[in-house]
Amino acid sequence: MKVKITVNGMLYNKHIPNDMMLLEFLRKYGYVSVKRGCDTSNCGLCTVWVEGKPVLSCSYPAARADGLNVTTLEGVKEEAASFGRYMTAQGAEQCGYCSPGFIMAVLAMRRELTDPTEEEISNYLAGNLCRCSGYAGQTRALRAWLNDKPWEKEGQA
Amino acid sequence: MYTIKSYVFPETLAEADELLHRDIRAAAVLGGCCWLKLGCRRISRAIDLTRLSLDQIEVKDGCLELGACVTLHQLETHPAVTSRFDGILGESVSHIVGVPFRNCATVGGSVFSRFGFSDLTCALLALDATVVLYRGGEIPLDRFMASPIAFDDILLKVRIRDDGRQAAYQSVRRSTTDFPTLAAAVSCLNGQWTVSVGARPARAVRAEGAAACLNEGKGAAAAGQAAAEELTYGTDLRAGADYRKKLAAVLVRRAAEQCMEENKG
Repeated sequence: MKVKITVNGMLYNKHIPNDMMLLEFLRKYGYVSVKRGCDTSNCGLCTVWVEGKPVLSCSYPAARADGLNVTTLEGVKEEAASFGRYMTAQGAEQCGYCSPGFIMAVLAMRRELTDPTEEEISNYLAGNLCRCSGYAGQTRALRAWLNDKPWEKEGQA
Repeated sequence: MYTIKSYVFPETLAEADELLHRDIRAAAVLGGCCWLKLGCRRISRAIDLTRLSLDQIEVKDGCLELGACVTLHQLETHPAVTSRFDGILGESVSHIVGVPFRNCATVGGSVFSRFGFSDLTCALLALDATVVLYRGGEIPLDRFMASPIAFDDILLKVRIRDDGRQAAYQSVRRSTTDFPTLAAAVSCLNGQWTVSVGARPARAVRAEGAAACLNEGKGAAAAGQAAAEELTYGTDLRAGADYRKKLAAVLVRRAAEQCMEENKG
């Protein structure tokens, strides 16, 4: 079928297989930050935004994204890099495989929740799994980032 | 593994119904698609309802109405939902994987599929909800839950009387984001109680004996014991039947106590 999907502001007018998931569509067109993990809606590695809302691209039919705006890590790379520096400072990047999905969820949470509590943070990010270690480094990085609010100085949305 | 031969966005409900009934066995009405990959299906015609404005939450004709395409995350965030029934609808889904998952999974997908592990159906049963089907009209959720799954109709919305009932939800999980090992929900309206137990691991059902205990003032512990005794519990990789039975007594008691506390407040 034919779809028009806008990824990070760029329009793709393409023929796709009817059973293609958004994950496959994005990787096919070079958005390799989007990682395939469990491929069964459990790990959060493939998190992208559709119309600004975080979704699991492994389970989101590409056809359903027809006419919609999709954002990947490549589309928010300045803000992602800013948060990434906090992760690095805490040794939280580990192998890095889960980082794109985790960062997309974190940036979505920052837009959705004002001054989230620890419980709200855990609840929001619980579906983004990291198999390297516990989540202590990521939690420290997140707390430092939320306290510093670098996006206010950097003029991000 | 799944394959989809044709993918269609009907423009009206009548068109969706017609597409479904052209060949029921080969067609599939898509929900959130979160479990699509876990099955093995060859779908000749995938019917996507996302362009039919079924993602609305409304308070209408004395009812809270949840469209079939309302996502689980909307239940956590929409004021019309969070401000009613002590927020148990949002609470019941808040442990399901993470927000990106809950932005995909839908009310319709959860309810129509009648999954045994569904937190949402357990909470809705306690709220005396009804489902509205395109062909079948409005029927009580408990009757719908007890019926065999037939993919011959389209769920349009779930309705809950906006009667101010108080409610509580309890579940136990082996780990955060896992399916519930057992879930229980209660509600109370003018001294009349409703109790449901889910993830037994079979489908959620009402516990009428437990409700009767509460109606007769026998207390939360007696209600818990009644729920444990009157329902059947099974064994799967999360828990044995005996353990679930013990959990049922505890969770129903806790939910009833929580609801009683809220009543006092």
